[in-house]
Amino acid sequence: MFMIFGIPGPLLFGQLLLGLINGAFYAMLSLGLAVIFGMLNIINFAHGALFMMGAFVSWMLLTYVGIGYFPSLILAPLIVGIFGLLLEKTIISRLYKLDHLYGLLLTFGLALVIEGLFRNAYGSSGMPYRIPSVLQGATNLGFMYMPNYRGWVVLVAVVVCLATWAIIEKTSLGATLRAATENAPLVQAFGVDVPRLITLTYAGGVALAAFAGVLAAPIYSVNPNMGTNFINTVFAVVVIGGMGSIMGSIVTGFALGVIEGLTKVFYPQASATVVFLVMVIVLLTRPRGLFGKAA
Amino acid sequence: MTISRRTLLSAAAASSALPLVRARAQGAPTIKIGVLNDQSGPYTNTGGVTSVICTKQAVEEFGNKGFNVEVISADHQNKPDLAVSIVRQWFDRDGVDMLLDVPTSSVALAVQGVVKEKNKVYLNVGAASAALTGEQCSPNFIHWCYDTYMLAKSTGGAMVKAGGTSWYFLTADYAFGKQLQSDTTALVNAAGGKVMGSSAYPFPGTTDFSSFLVQAQSSGAKVLGLCNAGGDTVNSIKQANEFGLNKSMKLAAMLMFITDVHALGLDVAQGLNLTESFYWNLNDRTRAFTNRVKPKTPNNWPNMIHAGCYSATLHYLKTCADMGAAEAKKDGVATVNRMKKMPVDDDCFGKTTIREDGRNLVPAYLFQVKTPAESKGPWDYYKTVVETPGNEAFRPLADGHCYFIKA
Amino acid sequence: MFGFSRAQSIAFLAMVALIVICPYVLYPVFLMRILCMALFACAFNLMIGYVGLLSFGHAAFFGMGSYIAAWTMKNWQVDAVVAIALGGLTGAALGLVLGYLAIRRSGIYFAMITLALAQMVYFFCLQAPFTGGEDGIQQVPRGTLFGVFDLSNDMTMYWVVAIIFILGFLMVHRIIHSPFGQVLKGIRENEPRAISLGYRTDDYKLIAFVLSCLIAGVAGGTKALVFGIATLTDVHYATSGEVVLMTLLGGLGTVFGPIMGATVVVSMENYLAQFGAWVTVTQGVIFMICVLAFRRGIIGEIGGYLRLAL
Repeated sequence: MFMIFGIPGPLLFGQLLLGLINGAFYAMLSLGLAVIFGMLNIINFAHGALFMMGAFVSWMLLTYVGIGYFPSLILAPLIVGIFGLLLEKTIISRLYKLDHLYGLLLTFGLALVIEGLFRNAYGSSGMPYRIPSVLQGATNLGFMYMPNYRGWVVLVAVVVCLATWAIIEKTSLGATLRAATENAPLVQAFGVDVPRLITLTYAGGVALAAFAGVLAAPIYSVNPNMGTNFINTVFAVVVIGGMGSIMGSIVTGFALGVIEGLTKVFYPQASATVVFLVMVIVLLTRPRGLFGKAA
Repeated sequence: MTISRRTLLSAAAASSALPLVRARAQGAPTIKIGVLNDQSGPYTNTGGVTSVICTKQAVEEFGNKGFNVEVISADHQNKPDLAVSIVRQWFDRDGVDMLLDVPTSSVALAVQGVVKEKNKVYLNVGAASAALTGEQCSPNFIHWCYDTYMLAKSTGGAMVKAGGTSWYFLTADYAFGKQLQSDTTALVNAAGGKVMGSSAYPFPGTTDFSSFLVQAQSSGAKVLGLCNAGGDTVNSIKQANEFGLNKSMKLAAMLMFITDVHALGLDVAQGLNLTESFYWNLNDRTRAFTNRVKPKTPNNWPNMIHAGCYSATLHYLKTCADMGAAEAKKDGVATVNRMKKMPVDDDCFGKTTIREDGRNLVPAYLFQVKTPAESKGPWDYYKTVVETPGNEAFRPLADGHCYFIKA
Repeated sequence: MFGFSRAQSIAFLAMVALIVICPYVLYPVFLMRILCMALFACAFNLMIGYVGLLSFGHAAFFGMGSYIAAWTMKNWQVDAVVAIALGGLTGAALGLVLGYLAIRRSGIYFAMITLALAQMVYFFCLQAPFTGGEDGIQQVPRGTLFGVFDLSNDMTMYWVVAIIFILGFLMVHRIIHSPFGQVLKGIRENEPRAISLGYRTDDYKLIAFVLSCLIAGVAGGTKALVFGIATLTDVHYATSGEVVLMTLLGGLGTVFGPIMGATVVVSMENYLAQFGAWVTVTQGVIFMICVLAFRRGIIGEIGGYLRLAL
């Protein structure tokens, strides 16, 4: 068995892979945040709460209606997306002309309310959610015992991330969106319903969070606090990647997952802090983030 | 939104009815009990409102013995300074005589000094740290129902005996986790086992344990000791199953409550070993207690902390009746000393005693979680493996180094 | 003398009167908590209100101040005023280092870099042996002031805290209305112009940041003595968020806003505690209402209604 920095090679490979899997969640969550920030200029602090809602809705669909995992992958994001649509229409749309700070504070309050209500209704211990039977079991990769479900998560995450990137950067819908953020009145003059476009973008970003929530439900317990644990890291990912940059948040999400994974081997106590160390270094050297455009 | 209006309304009604329960007697002294715990954070289900309900149950069953009893409660939000501020206010302004529950070791330690300064009674149920009756002990203090040493001894000792001689620890990187790990390490070593390694992960804020689980797996240890609590324990067990650790290693959850087992579901939790000092289906008396409390808390059946709040309150009130409520209000140390002398007897823990350092000696039960096939009904989760009698379950008096215990 | 307008002088006198009367009506320990947090919020307001920089890591300075004051008090049995002063100096020293790194960024990036730096301070406090980790530094004696006044008496302690608060408040106000403060406002309004006028704006911002951290450290140190504990809660990012909430709720950039905000938030925490699980929901709703309806904050709205700058 060969060694790298005193750690057996196979173990290190395993850790890299696991880091990548965690990175998949970071990438998907920060993607939604980046879309919302890039298009609406809102720092959506409620993202973690909406992620949690996605997991809870899939649990409710299973428990109260008997709808399983795979339909939930579509239905739960749809339901939470509609909730996001209502939020945007009633509350968030009032903040577009204001400083970022207000959007951040409003969505922070929103997160407290959503999480508080779920905690009151379901307690804090969490709810069980099983891995669907098709994806149960594990594969022996030689250097590691790899649960099939985790493989599925990475696969789906990569597909969703690339699809989102393609829609925004490569389609005419995406072009209209980007144009609308640059100069809304002009795009409006071309006959595009800009407010509706923005509402749908918010709903889309929210649906992405909920989708990640459904993917997370079988791995982590479905718990009102599950979003808060992610949100700090995910914010760091968005900042490091360059706020509003789609590709930036995808690449940074996966990369930070790996860095965190390695920290868990060498200095596990620091694994929650290493993200912030990277953030400080990046902000000092590249103020707009790794992929950010100059202001 | 998917929360129905009815649940919201009933929750609102329940919370508005919270502040007091009274057993009225005109002109008589009033004993005031303050329940301080986490009602909105990670320990909401293990203690929280159910602890308050069980306290009120004890007050109700105790009835009127010539003095009034009032129960108030507050959420310390796991903030030590907020807790100190509330407790000081309770003692100085609201006339609280006895402080109950107080989970989270940093909060439990923070209020220890205040209670001593004001000479009141402090009955801790929710916090795990064995230091509370050791180096941090106080003559105003009694620790009910469990502590880190007892968990380590019951679960750790039994696992080594059953052949689990080599251990790997997954530890939450804070005071409680570290103490649980060192207590368990000492017992494993004493029993002839050895520790192969450990991972201390950041607390709070870790949701993915896979990296540590793979490290544990490659260590070659036979037992994975989980030195964490609440949601972290639930997540680490869930993920251990996913990575097949339950096949190659034995899992020992060093602190786990029936509420956590409920959150995991039996298909994942089955076969786990854990220690509690109370289980609702243990005997006729525990079942009788549970049947009385259950209607008031249908979604969260009592665990050992809830039972501990009931037991501690009942014993305290009996002591107040015995020495006179007016006397009990005056002097916390005298009340605690009287409590230590009187035998404890209630439906939850049966007949137990309280040692001079403030340790309530309840028996510790090592349980194994049932398989889904074995479980006959709701919350039917445990079978008893070993019972350790109270006088053996806890750290010997001399090893605690409590300052007022003469060696 | 301190650059108060007529209305502000009246408000200031009213505030002092309230500080004197309240301990005879309300619980002094609770009031001391308000005063400490209010001082902390005033320090924060100096940055956001007058320099225009939102620091999302102010808990680092508050918390370190509290740790140092508690540690020196417990281990060296120094005079209370020495402990608190050391707390303040620690806050300032830390502010100098972190501020030097952060000050070159502005807007949301400044908020993010201060948050990240504060997270590292939190990690240090979690791992360093002198802080006592999760348990914190417990059972810190309040000691004596100038070797004469015994602070274990709540009322004596209260007057000391009240004086520290009023001095800190006046200091913030003095800074704002000094020529130095005028330059800061100039930088906030138009930084390129200030640079073209020959001001080294980074130096000005850094000095303001260090002063703000100094006062935050004093507030933290005072709080550690009042409660006899210093714990991780004080350095946690939730405390940074709380001080933002207080200042916003009271009114950004108003003189009395942070004090009003601190009073409301601390009272809420205290009085809502008995309603258990509804604390967070209520806080969240108030947050949202505040952003949607009272964006200028309580004092800002009152001032707007009376057409006065309060």
